Amino acid sequence: MSGNSGKKTLKAVPPDVPWRRITRGGIIDSPGNAELFKTGDWRSMKPVWLPEKCTQCLLCYPVCPDTAIPVNEEGKRMDYDYDHCKGCGICAKVCPFDAIDFVEESK
Amino acid sequence: MAIRDRLSGNEATAVAMKQINPDVVAAFPITPSTEIPQYFSTFVADGAVDTEFVAVESEHSAMSACVGAQAAGGRAMTATSANGLALMWEVLYIAASLRLPIVMACVNRTLSGPLNIHNDHSDSMGARDSGWIQLYSENNQEAYDNMLMAHRIAEHPDVMLPIMVCQDGFITSHAVENIELMEDEKVKAFVGEYKPDLHLLRKEAPISVGPLDLPAFCFEHKRQQAEAMRKAKSVILEVAREFARISGRHYGFFEEYRTDDAEVAAVLLNSTAGTAKFAVDRLREQGKKVGLVKLRVFRPFPADEIAAALWKFKAVAVMDKADSFNAAGGPLFTEVASALFVKGAPGPKIVNFIYGIGQRDVKAEDMEFVYNELLNIANTGRVGSVYNYLGVKEEEAVLNGLQS
Ligand code: SF4
Ligand code: SF4
Repeated sequence: MSGNSGKKTLKAVPPDVPWRRITRGGIIDSPGNAELFKTGDWRSMKPVWLPEKCTQCLLCYPVCPDTAIPVNEEGKRMDYDYDHCKGCGICAKVCPFDAIDFVEESK
Repeated sequence: MAIRDRLSGNEATAVAMKQINPDVVAAFPITPSTEIPQYFSTFVADGAVDTEFVAVESEHSAMSACVGAQAAGGRAMTATSANGLALMWEVLYIAASLRLPIVMACVNRTLSGPLNIHNDHSDSMGARDSGWIQLYSENNQEAYDNMLMAHRIAEHPDVMLPIMVCQDGFITSHAVENIELMEDEKVKAFVGEYKPDLHLLRKEAPISVGPLDLPAFCFEHKRQQAEAMRKAKSVILEVAREFARISGRHYGFFEEYRTDDAEVAAVLLNSTAGTAKFAVDRLREQGKKVGLVKLRVFRPFPADEIAAALWKFKAVAVMDKADSFNAAGGPLFTEVASALFVKGAPGPKIVNFIYGIGQRDVKAEDMEFVYNELLNIANTGRVGSVYNYLGVKEEEAVLNGLQS
């Protein structure tokens, strides 16, 4: 699941929320709102998808610890969601067809 | 009509738990609280309660199971003592900060080492800043009554904090006394049902509990938690008023015994209050104006109220059944002293006695010694030593020098 179907509006916790208005004990009452928290800038290495080599075997998708490999309704993987990819490199390691390069983030 | 019975403190606690009929009890046995889950498991086996009894492999697991059960919207209870409480430590803080109103019976026992299975307050005093509400009980009746009031306090929407009901290991936990029990239906009506607004099993409103809380928001959650503890003060009194209406027994933050015209007073927790009352009566017969303030609520600490109550005395002895090992005074002493200081000068002269460590016996004569020391301070206006040990074995020369 790419997480795009039947989605509810996600509520973010505003950065300036006063203490009286924050949820009790840190409860998250808007499921999936982690998506609103962009973690891509934690990355120092990044995976690069090479669609011409990709066989769509989908071995990469389930190993991503985040949800940074979107899969569309036809069940095909698409290009990375770099807003959430943390650059762990697991997908590159797992790909049996060298369809993922793993490079320095700098460029 | 209330039911007259005779029960030990542990039995009284277990009976209260039976009448409360919680969803989950997760516990691991440890002296002197072992009997509580033991009695309770017989209620489970007999079908007298609907509770899921989780026989866990450690106290860390007991408290973790309580956290899970309570987060899932259930009422979770446990009982422990000393090292069992210490093993729960990490999870105690989690329970409080996740705002889960778990109820625990804490049967006070000396925290190791050296290994001592008897009573003092080092266990619950160590947990005093974990965010749990703490009620203390002089006798079996109070242990029972405090347990019946616990859920109403903890689960109040303004509070939502866990609570421990403390009583003295062996001294009350294993001593059989007369007790007045309330009828099951009355307890049921008083305790009511637990209906949390948010919990993990409400599938129409899913939530996550216990997420990462980084510098951007953690402080706000802690501030909210601190406010809940502050608000617990009025809730504790409100619940006590309602309890008095159905039981005829009155509770506040503390009980004042023969303090009206007293010149000096002792402040203490739990069962030693019985001994102190006996000593007060004896000294009163000799015309000595002495009184007692027995604290019931240590968390939240009723700082303003205790300072106001102690203000009129010439000298006050704060009695700690736990040492802070801080070279400055026991935990109750430092809190009472700070409450008095904040109120302003000049308050009463104040001294600290560390007593009853590892269940060193505290006799009426020991309390009379304390009161005579206080009267001496009141008469001379001079405090010799502030931080004292009562009943520890000393060499003769030191003993004689103490009455300076
Ligand atoms: S593992 Fe490699 S080949 Fe398979 S879908 Fe992913 S990128 Fe394509
Ligand atoms: S590098 Fe790691 S985080 Fe990024 S897409 Fe691959 S598996 Fe996911």
